[in-house]
Amino acid sequence: MSARKTQAKPNVSADELKQYYRDMLLIRRFEEKAGQLYGMGLIGGFCHLYIGQEAVVVGLEATAEEGDKRITTYRDHGHMLACGMDPKGVMAELTGREGGYSRGKGGSMHMFSKEKHFYGGHGIVGANVPLGAGLAFADKYLGNDRVTYTYFGDGAANQGQVYETFNMAALWQLPVIFVIENNQYAMGTSQKRSTSTPDIYTRGAAFGIPGEAVDGMDVLAVRDAGQKAVAHCRSGKGPYILEIKTYRYRGHSMSDPAKYRTREEVQKMREEKDAIEHVRDLLLSGKHATEDDLKAIDKEIKAIVNEAAEFSKDSPEPDPAELWTDIYADVAPQNA
Amino acid sequence: MATEILMPALSPTMEEGTLAKWLVKEGDEVSSGDIIAEIETDKATMEFEAVDEGTIGKILIAEGTEGVKVNTPIAVLLEDGESADDIESAAASPAPQATSDTDADAPSQAAPAKAKAPDAPQPDRSPDWPEGTETRKQTVREAINAALAEEMRADPTVFIMGEEVAEYEGAYKITQGLLDEFGSKRVIDTPITEHGFAGIGVGAAFGGLRPVVEFMTWNFGMQAIDQIINSAAKTLYMSGGQMGCPMVFRGPNGAAARVGAQHSQDYAAWYAHIPGLKVVQPYSASDAKGLLKSAIRDPNPVVFLENEILYGKSFEVPVMDDFTIPFGKARIWREGTDVTIVSFGIGMTYAIEAAEKLAEDGISAEVIDLRTLRPLDYDTVIASVMKTNRCVTVEEGWPVASIGNHISATLMERAFDYLDAPVINCTGKDVPMPYAANLEKLALTSTAEVIEAVRTVTYR
Repeated sequence: MSARKTQAKPNVSADELKQYYRDMLLIRRFEEKAGQLYGMGLIGGFCHLYIGQEAVVVGLEATAEEGDKRITTYRDHGHMLACGMDPKGVMAELTGREGGYSRGKGGSMHMFSKEKHFYGGHGIVGANVPLGAGLAFADKYLGNDRVTYTYFGDGAANQGQVYETFNMAALWQLPVIFVIENNQYAMGTSQKRSTSTPDIYTRGAAFGIPGEAVDGMDVLAVRDAGQKAVAHCRSGKGPYILEIKTYRYRGHSMSDPAKYRTREEVQKMREEKDAIEHVRDLLLSGKHATEDDLKAIDKEIKAIVNEAAEFSKDSPEPDPAELWTDIYADVAPQNA
Repeated sequence: MATEILMPALSPTMEEGTLAKWLVKEGDEVSSGDIIAEIETDKATMEFEAVDEGTIGKILIAEGTEGVKVNTPIAVLLEDGESADDIESAAASPAPQATSDTDADAPSQAAPAKAKAPDAPQPDRSPDWPEGTETRKQTVREAINAALAEEMRADPTVFIMGEEVAEYEGAYKITQGLLDEFGSKRVIDTPITEHGFAGIGVGAAFGGLRPVVEFMTWNFGMQAIDQIINSAAKTLYMSGGQMGCPMVFRGPNGAAARVGAQHSQDYAAWYAHIPGLKVVQPYSASDAKGLLKSAIRDPNPVVFLENEILYGKSFEVPVMDDFTIPFGKARIWREGTDVTIVSFGIGMTYAIEAAEKLAEDGISAEVIDLRTLRPLDYDTVIASVMKTNRCVTVEEGWPVASIGNHISATLMERAFDYLDAPVINCTGKDVPMPYAANLEKLALTSTAEVIEAVRTVTYR
C-alpha cells in the first residue's frame, strides 16, 4: 500500500519496530474509538484527534528516559498514550467520568500525570511553550540532566510568547526540545497563508537555537532526530528545535467540516505516507513479522481500546461535591 | 456481530441533523476512515467516516431525511462471513443512550441560600504578634526585602526573577542586596518579556520550585495575565489535584504619581475575581512582611499587590525570628461604634486619616484593613457592621465590579437587617488616569470623600 521506498534501517531491531507499530496503532484505534464515542454523545465539547500524527510522539518517546518531562497543547491524547498513561483513565476523562485522569474535571484538553511526568494538556495556543521551558528551568536549577519535550503546532509557532521563550531558553541554555508538530493547518488556515517561513525551525537561528526538519510520517526518522536533540540538550548545550512535518487526517476538532483542503489531498497522504503502514511494510518486507503476528497485535490493541471504552462508559460521573474540590491545595501536590 | 452505524453528533451542540447523502450503497465494503455519508448540522455539511471495517448490510435511513436524532441507527455494518439475515437481531437491540444517567436526587450545590436571621460571626481577633514583642520602625520596602531574604535563606527552591531585580537591585530597590547574598542562580534578571517569563515561572513551579516573579509594575503584568489565570490558577483544578502552582507574582500596583493612564491602575478586583488565586494587598510594613512570607510558603499561586507610594512609608514591625501573618484575617486598625470603614492597600491612608478627623467631630469610626482579598475575611466586616450598622468602603480601583461592590452585596445578603443606611463605595473615578496634577487628584478617591460618605451614612 505504501508507495514510499522503505530504506534499510540497520539501527532498529525487530522488537523495536513491533513496539512502534503497536504504540502507533494503539493511538490510532483509541482515537477512532474516541471519535465514535463523540458521535454517540458520550464525549462532549472539543475533541481534537491525533490520527495521522502518531509517528511524532511514538518516535520521540523512544528517545526519552525516566524523569524526562513532556508538555503539549490540546491535541494531547497521543502524547498521553505514548508516554504510558492508562488508556482507561484517558478515555474516562474524555467522557467526563470519575475514573478519568482529572476525575472528569479537565476533559480532552486538560489531563496530567505526575507519575509519567506529563504536564498537560493546555488549551491556549502557545501558552504551554514557556511552561515547558519553565519545567526545563527547574531541572537545570535542581542540577539534574532531565530534558523537557515541549510540543506545539505550526499555528502556535506564530504566537509571540514562543519567541520570548526561544530567547530565554537560548540565553539560559535550558534543556528543552521544542517540537513543532507541523501538520500544515492551523485549524483551517494553511501554513502558506499564515507563516512567513516555509521551514519554521529556521526561526531558531535568530536566537542561536539549532534545529532541523524531520519527516514526521517516518517513525524512525523522528526517533533518530530525537536522539540527536536529546543528546544536545542533555549535554548542557541548551535548547533544540525539531520541526516535524506531519499531517492530521481528521478535522481540527470533531466539528470541523474541513473545507479548506481537498478530500484527495487527505486521501493521498493516507495512501502514500501513512506512518503505520510504513512500519507494517518494514516488518513484513524485513521478515520481522508475519501477517499473523500483526493480526495478533491488532487484536490485542482492539481489546485494550474496547476495554478503555467500556471503562469510560461504566465509570460514574464525578460526585457533585467534586465541584468544590481542588481549587486550593493544602500542600503543593508535586512536592508531596 | 452486525453492528449498527448510528447518527453521529458532529459538534458540541448537535442534537439532530439531516442525512444529506449516502456515499455508499448496500453491499459495499468499507474500511476504517472511508467516508460513507454527508451529514448536515446547523453549521456545516460534514463528512462521516466509517470506524469499523465491514460490508454495508442495510441502509436504515434514506438520504435526504431531515431531523434525524443523534444516535438513531442509520445503517447496519456486517463483519466478514455475516449475511443480511443477521440484521434483524442487530437492529432489534436498543440504541445506546446518548447521555449517562443523571442522578436527579443528587443534592444541588447551587441551591439558593434560604433567607434567615444571620448569626453574628465570631471573627479571629488574636493579635498579629505576642504582646510585649519588641518592634522597630521599618519601611514597607525594607520589610518586603527582608521577607524575600528570609524565605530564600530558609528554602533553596525559592528564587526571584524579573526585570532589573539582580544587578540593578530592583527598579524600586526592593531586591537590594539579594544578588550579593544569593547569586545569579537565584536572583535572575530577565529580558523585558513579561508574558514569557511569567510562563517560565509557572512551569518552574510545576517542576518543583517556588518562584517569585516580580513585575516591575502590575501594569506590565497584564501582558502575562493569561499565564496567571489560565496556567497558574486553574491547573490544580484541571488536573484533579495532581499538579499545583506554588508561586508568587508580585510588584507595585495602582497609581503612583503623574505617570498617566497606562501606568496607573489597581488590579485588586481583577485578580480577586479568579478562583484558584490568592490575592494580597498589604498596607503596613508588618503586613507586607508577614503576608509575603506566608505567600512564598503557600502551595497556591499568590498575587501580591504592592504600592509604590507606600514603599517608603514606615511602620512598626515586630522583631521576631519568623514572623508571618495568615491569609484571610483582616486587621482592625481602630475600633469604633458609629460606622465601619473597610479598605485595603493605599486606600487605608484615606480611611485612617478620615477616621481621625471624624473623631474630632465626635464620630467614632471602626477602620478595617482587609489585607487579603482572596480569601476575604467577611466575618470581621460583618461583625463590625452588626455593631455600627453603617459601612463605607475605600479603594483606588474603578467603581464597576469593585471590591466595595462585592462587600456591599455581601452585607445585603448577610447583614441586611443590621444596615441603617445604604453602603457607600468610595473608589477611583470611572475614567482612565489623567496626567495633569489637578485631574489626577480628582480621579483618585480622597480623605474628604471618605468623610463625606461617612457623614451621609451616619446622617451627621
